[in-house]
This record gives sequence, structure tokens and C-alpha cells, in this order.
Amino acid sequence: MSPPLVEVSEISRSYSMRSGMFGRSTAVRAVDGVSLTIPKGETLGLVGESGSGKSTTGRIVLGLEPPDSGEVRFDGKPMAAPGTAAWRAQRARMQMIFQDPLGALDRRLPVAAQIREPLDIHGLGTPDAREERVRELLRAVELTPAHGARYPGALSGGQRQRIVLARALATKPDFLVCDEPVSALDVSIQAQVVNLLCDLQAQLSLTLLFISHDLRVVRQISNVVAVMYLGRIVEIGSADDLFARPEHPYTQALVSASPAPGRRSAGRIVLAGDPPNPAARPQGCAFHPRCPRAIARCAREVPALAAVGGNRQVACHLVTGAETRDAA
Amino acid sequence: MTPLVSIAGLSVAFSGVPVLRGVDLAIGKGEALGLVGESGSGKSVTWLAALGLLPRHAKVSGSVRLDGREILGAPAAELDQVRGGRVAMIFQDPASALNPVLTIRRQLCEALSLHRDLQGNAVKAEARRLLDLVGIPDAGRRLEAYPHEFSGGQVQRIMIAMALAGNPDLLIADEPTTALDATIQAQILELLSTVRRELGMAMVLISHDLGVVAENCDRVAVMYAGRIVEQAPSNQLFADPVHPYAQGLIGALPPLDGPRRRLTAIPGTVPDPAKMPDGCAFAPRCTLASEPCSRAAPTLAPIADGRAVACIRAEASRRALLGIAAE
Ligand SMILES: Nc1ncnc2c1ncn2[C@@H]1O[C@H](COP(=O)(O)OP(=O)(O)OP(=O)(O)O)[C@@H](O)[C@H]1O
Ligand SMILES: Nc1ncnc2c1ncn2[C@@H]1O[C@H](COP(=O)(O)OP(=O)(O)OP(=O)(O)O)[C@@H](O)[C@H]1O
Ligand code: SF4
Ligand code: SF4
Ligand SMILES: [Mg+2]
Ligand SMILES: [Mg+2]
Repeated sequence: MSPPLVEVSEISRSYSMRSGMFGRSTAVRAVDGVSLTIPKGETLGLVGESGSGKSTTGRIVLGLEPPDSGEVRFDGKPMAAPGTAAWRAQRARMQMIFQDPLGALDRRLPVAAQIREPLDIHGLGTPDAREERVRELLRAVELTPAHGARYPGALSGGQRQRIVLARALATKPDFLVCDEPVSALDVSIQAQVVNLLCDLQAQLSLTLLFISHDLRVVRQISNVVAVMYLGRIVEIGSADDLFARPEHPYTQALVSASPAPGRRSAGRIVLAGDPPNPAARPQGCAFHPRCPRAIARCAREVPALAAVGGNRQVACHLVTGAETRDAA
Repeated sequence: MTPLVSIAGLSVAFSGVPVLRGVDLAIGKGEALGLVGESGSGKSVTWLAALGLLPRHAKVSGSVRLDGREILGAPAAELDQVRGGRVAMIFQDPASALNPVLTIRRQLCEALSLHRDLQGNAVKAEARRLLDLVGIPDAGRRLEAYPHEFSGGQVQRIMIAMALAGNPDLLIADEPTTALDATIQAQILELLSTVRRELGMAMVLISHDLGVVAENCDRVAVMYAGRIVEQAPSNQLFADPVHPYAQGLIGALPPLDGPRRRLTAIPGTVPDPAKMPDGCAFAPRCTLASEPCSRAAPTLAPIADGRAVACIRAEASRRALLGIAAE
């Protein structure tokens, strides 16, 4: 395996949430002791509950937000302090593609100018070379110069996301955090963008952190997949294996709830109970109020993420290595 | 039975460039219709146009009837009553649809007092009930929060709460669950279908997720380049798509199990609306295209009960089926 480009150890991040009327403030543990390693040129997929801290993890990994505790290392070195020259040099090697393409673009500027912006900021190439690079990037995401001349509001959602992708690739980054990069795209273009990302990744040996709710797309593009629930990783393993044989009850529900044409909801695990409240994290296993397999111990003890054989790690009292694996 | 909404010959042009080129669509009371199709094919514009939400420079023609009453080009006051009242829309870019400097409570209460006959504490209680309904934990306290304090998925659920504020007869949900994980998505869609059953609310579900559409809609319309190219009951469309574009769309879905393969993307891109090819707009990307395809645009024609397709080949096979000689 190639050396890791990104190493995340035990990062945590809390937000304080005001409680309007009474002025009390509660801490929301958005990310709670997350560790991840992404080898150079590989893709780590991050899936999980809405609000489980995936985007927050992405922002911390990029150094857009500091963790309260824990550390992120990029290419063997700790992330430099925000605002320093070293930080800027590191940041130029990383880019992010956001969840909301319209929010990520400036409505008052033609999109070609926005693709060009990072080249101007980092002073890359002559003005002519920058123009040529913009055309090349538009071609790479299968749009035309005519699209480049438009404002974001005059493009469809999918077209806008390709502009965001082109802009992220402008500085030839080593590391890309993609937060729901294809969720706004229809399937035929999604397939092109996923193929495009796979190709670009191979050509440029890009390292990716790929956040998405679309398990199919995540499986397609990832080497390893981590599943998050209420700020923690509850299962991690190789992409094919994880989706074929999910071990954690939440992952099992997630995989079974993933809709498929031609398959009606028969045999689906439908979770009971409310989605979790991050401000009032359940004691013990955070999933226990919704877990169909919970036992008494689950309400008391937090299960630790532990290796269960293969390269799989699971945080569940009922999944404990050898026996479960053999039984499977 | 008169349909709840019927759209006929709806066309939209921006600065002389046509992007909707004659859309015909009807939605019955309480029905769930899925709308899928190429990015940029006009799914959002169809409903923005129908509800009078396009910018002034858009040229809109055709007809949109709500309970038989024409609403296209209706006076602003009448449209204000329709929007958020009888017809509600959940927009595709949730972050841009909520006001970042107002609390969720302010925005929900505004929607409620505009369309519902509620006063004072009743408004606030209803706002809280709506947040509860869409599964925002700790609703009472979260009402005082601002949009940026919620996760992407939570913002989307708040949008749904806002849309339900006016007890609509028709909900246009433009990508309502894209930012949600599958378990919450399943719960939200379950929620929408419960609300639909209870209130007899009809729904148009615009989504890129064919699985979501297949499971939640009675009928599906597939759009390409400003037109509807295929319409069918969900199960039939996904089991047996007829239009080559619909076939490509279903073939491009990544598998969740079995060996990984390079995805079969449909080659090429949508034609530039300013340079639409003569004849079938899909012809430049269609593996089955033949010479006649580029002569005249095929019209949406019935091929079976409840099924219609706009493709020369479908017409040919239907003729063969019915034993009608080709002219
Ligand atoms: N700036 C903030 N202030 C307060 N709370 C926040 C802030 N940003 C995120 N949160 C909270 O932190 C938690 C994690 O949010 P995050 O956006 O990382 O989730 P996510 O996994 O990306 O969810 P989604 O899949 O819905 O995008 C959520 O409970 C959210 O409400
Ligand atoms: N305000 C506008 N001015 C000019 N052109 C526009 C405007 N709004 C939309 N368009 C164009 O109209 C066409 C249809 O756009 P629409 O947003 O309806 O696509 P869509 O089917 O919803 O796509 P997506 O799935 O990507 O959201 C696109 O080509 C788009 O570029
Ligand atoms: S630890 Fe208990 S509650 Fe948590 S996932 Fe495992 S069985 Fe379910
Ligand atoms: S009309 Fe011709 S080009 Fe168009 S979809 Fe049918 S076969 Fe293909
Ligand atoms: Mg997120
Ligand atoms: Mg749209």
C-alpha cells in the first residue's frame, strides 16, 4: 500500500447551540474521536446518517476549521496554522467540492471567470495560458466555452456542479474532498462524472475523500468506505465487501434502505424511532434507540471500533471478530 | 375526472432560446408522478414556469390549468395564493431558498400566517408541530436556530416543513431527499406518502434517483431536451424502458453488488438549446439513430395502456404490433 497522504487521528469538534428562550447553551458533538487514513491515490468513501458529521470531518481535514482535539497530518506533516504561508502552500494542494453547487458559485460572475479565479489567486501561468487552461477544464467536464460565458443562474444544477468540479481541478490539487459531488446530477451525467473522476484520479493520482449518500456511487469510486453515525465511525472496510456483507446494524439498515428500481420495499429494514438528537447523545451505543438488535448492555456501554477480521472494523457489541465472521 | 393540474403545450424560451418545447402533462388528485431526465432537460423550469416563478425575460406560452382554471399568466395576487397554498414547491437548492439571517421560526411562521388562518400562539405551536413532523429533534429549541446551524439534510427537512405549512393539494418536490442518508430518506419518503394519503395530496417528485422514483411514484415521465420522451407506470418503465434515452438512463445506474465495471454512460452531452438538432433531439447520442430520425421530431404517441413514447422506432414497432403498414 502506498504511504498515507492524509492521516486523521482522534479528531473531535463540538458546536455550541444556543437555546433561544432560556439562553442556555448546549454542546453538539458534531465529530467525536474520528480516525482515518487515506493512502496516496486512493479514495475513502464516507457515508452515514444525515447530520452525523461527515461534512464537518471534511472541513476539518481540509483545515477550514480546527478540531477541538486530535490531529490531521497531510503528506506526513501536521496541518499548518491557518493563515500562515505554510498553510497556504498546503491548502493549494487540496480542494473541496461542496454539497450545494449554487451556494458555492458567485451569482454575479460568469462561470468561466470563476474557474479561472484559483489560477489568478495562486498566480499560475500567463494570462493566455490561464485562458487555455479554462477551456481545457471546461472540456474535461464536458461543457463548452458558451457555457463558460453564462452566469450560474442560467445553468442547470448538473451543469453548475461540473463547473464547480472544473474549478476545483484548476490548480491540479493532490487531494480533493468531494461533499455530495454528484447528488445533483442525473444518472447519465452522474455516470460520466463518476467515470471522469475515476479517470482524472488515475491520471493525476488524486487522493479523494468522497462524501455521499448514494451508496452505489460510493461503492463505484471508493477503495475503503467508512460509515458514520452521530459523530463516530461505526464501521469501516473495503468497499465491495462492506456493502455485500454489512456487519453493523446501522450499515445493514442503510444498505437495505437503499432504493433500487424494480425492487419494492419488501425485506427492507425500516428503522423505528426518531432520528438522533446530536445535542442529547444517547448513553451507551448511540444507535441503540433505533437498533433492531439492541440488548441491555447497548444502553450502558459504548462499543469501541474494533477489528473483526479481514480489514473490517465495527463498533457493535454483537459483532466481535472471529465467531461472527466464521458464522457468516 | 378533471385532473388536478393539466399542462398543455408548455413552452419556455430564454432570450429567444427555447428550453421547454411543448410539454404535456397531467396530474390527478392524490397522484404521485415522478419526473426524471437529463440535467438541464427542463424539469425544474417546467414547474417554475407553471407557477409563474421565472424571471421576466423568460417567454412562456401554453396552458397550465389548476382544477380546470387557467393559471398561466394569472395576476400576481392570484398566483401568490396558489403558491405555497394549493401548490407548494420544495426547491432544488435548499440553502438558497431559506433566508440565512432569519430564524427557522420566523420563516415557518411567515409561511403559516400567509396561508393559514392561524394567530398568535397557534402559529408557533403549528410551526413546532411541523418541525416535529419532519423529524427535527428537539424542535422547540431548534426553532430559534438559523439555517447555517443545521446540517444539509436537516435544511432539506425544514424545507419540507415549510412546504407543508399551507396544506397544499399538490407538492412539487424538486430533489427533496438528495442530501439525506438512505435511512432518513426512507423515513422522509414514508412521511411524504403518509401526508399524501391523509390529505389526499398529489405529488410531483423530481429526482435523479431512479430508485426513489420507482418506489414512490405511480407514474413516471422522462424528459429530454425540453420534451417528455416517455411516460409509463413506474414498474413498467423500469422493467422495460422503450425510449433509447430511458434505456440508457437505467443502464447507467451503478450496481450495489456484484463485480464493479466501468459505468455505461450515455456518450456525448445534451444538445445546446441554442443549436437544437432538427428531428429527434437525442439522435446525436442515440445508438439506434437512423436517417429518418434527423428529419422530424417524433411526437409522444401512445404505445400501450398508459404508456407513451416519442421515438420513431417505438412508433415503428407499435405499427408492426398493430399490423398497420408503414406509409
Ligand atoms: N456551524 C454550526 N453550528 C452549529 N451546529 C453545527 C454547525 N455545523 C454543523 N452543525 C451540527 O453538527 C452536526 C454535524 O453536521 P454535518 O454538516 O457535519 O453533518 P453531515 O454528516 O454532513 O450531514 P448531511 O448528510 O445532512 O450533510 C449536525 O448536528 C449539525 O446540526
Ligand atoms: N434563468 C435562466 N436563464 C436562462 N436559461 C435558464 C434559466 N434557468 C434555466 N435555464 C436553462 O433552462 C434549461 C432547463 O433548466 P432546468 O433547471 O429546468 O433543468 P433541470 O431539468 O431541472 O436540470 P437539473 O436536473 O440539472 O436540475 C437549462 O438548459 C438551463 O441552462
Ligand atoms: S451495540 Fe447494540 S445498539 Fe449498538 S449497533 Fe450493536 S446491537 Fe445495536
Ligand atoms: S427517434 Fe431515432 S434518434 Fe430519437 S431516440 Fe428514437 S431511434 Fe433514437
Ligand atoms: Mg453534509
Ligand atoms: Mg432542476
